[in-house]
Amino acid sequence: MADFEPVIVAFCCHYCAYGAADLAGSMRLEYPPNIRVIRLPCTGKVTPRFLLRAFEKGADGVYVAGCLEGDCHFMHGNLVAKPRVNYTKKLIQEVGLEPERLEMFNMSAAMGPRFAEVAREFTERIRELGPSPLSKKTKAPQEEAA
Amino acid sequence: MVVGERKPFDEIKKTLEGHKKVLVLGCGGCVTVCLTGGHDAVQVLSSQLRMARDNEGSPLEIIEKTVERQCDPEYVEEVAALIPEVDAVLSMACGAGVQFMAERYTTTPLYPALNTTFVGGSVKEGYYVERCQTCGECKLAYTGGICPIARCSKSLLNGPCGGSTKGKCEIDPEVPCGWQLIVDRLEALGQMDRYEEINMACDWRTNRDGGPRKMIREDFQR
Repeated sequence: MADFEPVIVAFCCHYCAYGAADLAGSMRLEYPPNIRVIRLPCTGKVTPRFLLRAFEKGADGVYVAGCLEGDCHFMHGNLVAKPRVNYTKKLIQEVGLEPERLEMFNMSAAMGPRFAEVAREFTERIRELGPSPLSKKTKAPQEEAA
Repeated sequence: MVVGERKPFDEIKKTLEGHKKVLVLGCGGCVTVCLTGGHDAVQVLSSQLRMARDNEGSPLEIIEKTVERQCDPEYVEEVAALIPEVDAVLSMACGAGVQFMAERYTTTPLYPALNTTFVGGSVKEGYYVERCQTCGECKLAYTGGICPIARCSKSLLNGPCGGSTKGKCEIDPEVPCGWQLIVDRLEALGQMDRYEEINMACDWRTNRDGGPRKMIREDFQR
């Protein structure tokens, strides 16, 4: 799996992780280009539907990055997201995906290095798990067509 | 509201074996409120089913739709054009909704995605409790607004049994004794005289013992 480049979708809160990603860029920190960031107004916007759809569309791993607990811009959006992510882990397990492919992280907008670290660690985790069984199947016909 | 709980995913998947295209039909009524059968639940289940079937190498095509209510013919009619397009319908309504669909569309297999569990309410978001067993003969006026049929594990009508300990029921230390709740409430209301009245044996004919029930408003009949 050494040559496997996972597709990772990161649902990032505008008030923290998205800012942290910006800071990581300003600080010229390197992190894997596998991450596709989707900006949310708050991680409280995340529902199992969003996360499942990312996997369905071929993501090998998905994570949600919200504010530090107690620091949500909307009081408790990140605390709403946390159990939803845990619940969705069970949903993906039911369809044959490893629950480790989904995770929630917390960081502040000042934590650029942490954003890069999470991106690196999560990419490495998914690289070890290998391609999503779903993405293998959905990608196969495209490869044949090519 | 009627509370329903989603069936285990594997059971739902098994019922759809052999079908290539299905309609996953949500209900905008009670099961939307209890988060198990509405628009969002339809999308989540459909997504799961598509992924599971892709994983098994037998893709499933799904039409996702949610109607206002499945227990009403006028809303059930709304999906008439979709039915010929699919091999089967997976209904995310309560048992009543599933049956109204099955009665209207007799040539298409119809499967339930939920187990209809009870009539109750939400203590908070995502937390539902039973409050009514639809006995058909409401006794709440005599019991301080707390139902002895639904809240007492034995549905006793005249006070608690010996299994009531420190206000809890013997079936589970987390379950309050229904009759303790009733007595506490009657005391607070100054209506303990009602506790002294003997409730006669329940006439269960108004419950399920009388067979399937119906309710007709004559002024609406044409």
